[in-house]
Amino acid sequence: MRIGVITFPGSLDDVDAARAVRLAGAEPVSLWHGDHDLKDVDAVVLPGGFSYGDYLRAGAIAARSPLMADVVAAARQGLPVLGICNGFQVLCEAGLLPGALTRNSHLHFRNRDQGLLVERADTAWTTSFTQGQRIVVPVKNGEGRYVAAPADLDRLEGDGRVVVRYVSTTPGSGVDGNPNGSSRDIAGVTSADGRVVGLMPHPEHAVEDLTGPSTDGLGFFTSVLTAMVAA
Amino acid sequence: MPQVVVDVVLKPEISDPQGQAVLGALGRLGHSGVRSVRQGKHFVLEVDGDPDEAELREIAETLLANPVIEDVELHLPTD
Repeated sequence: MRIGVITFPGSLDDVDAARAVRLAGAEPVSLWHGDHDLKDVDAVVLPGGFSYGDYLRAGAIAARSPLMADVVAAARQGLPVLGICNGFQVLCEAGLLPGALTRNSHLHFRNRDQGLLVERADTAWTTSFTQGQRIVVPVKNGEGRYVAAPADLDRLEGDGRVVVRYVSTTPGSGVDGNPNGSSRDIAGVTSADGRVVGLMPHPEHAVEDLTGPSTDGLGFFTSVLTAMVAA
Repeated sequence: MPQVVVDVVLKPEISDPQGQAVLGALGRLGHSGVRSVRQGKHFVLEVDGDPDEAELREIAETLLANPVIEDVELHLPTD
């Protein structure tokens, strides 16, 4: 299985994402934002960082890059796509996922280990989890507040498109669950077909005991292997 | 050269923490009469020849603003 990882100017976590792909048992394939070539990959990961400096809005310019036109077309045909942090922002800006990511409500950059509740364990990127499972994965963002119009949020919830929600990392620890003021504690959402998933937390930073708070993040990358076999 | 101005602000239903931070500062500075502040972006585009309203509207609505969360106003030059 070949999983592409796109590098935009300003991507920071593309190497970590490729490493997570390899640890999950797939072959990482480097993709370049300026090409029109998906190199026949079976899935795509959009990594974290600050694409094009995020000077206009987070992810806005990257969403209109040459390769993203191919990603959007392929995603509409069912190609699994995972957007992490800046990648989530790019997917929203590209119209593949609903809503938008804005400045954190407290206006501070927030980085810490974060508890998440898995609400959908049947998307292409979450089958390695069970519904209702609590996991711990780092977050690090300044523009991670997920927003949408209240009616759109109602529709998202009604359609079961919230994949992961922020919860306190250690129940009773006093650490607030929601790190950025996201509407309804939403940490990640999926497309209607469950093939495209975007999330603000960074599963690629929780794939080895030595460097992460857990190895829970690996589940996102192993899930897509099973999803491809099933598809 | 004709100048086209595009103003972008968050939709009223989307909370604006940056505007609220400014509002808080105003209160501390003694300007207690200001009830709310919304912060936005102001783009000034210089264009060749007669501005093409349709093209400029497309630029404003598909790149300069995110219509999911932002309202956009296009101001063409008046003569």
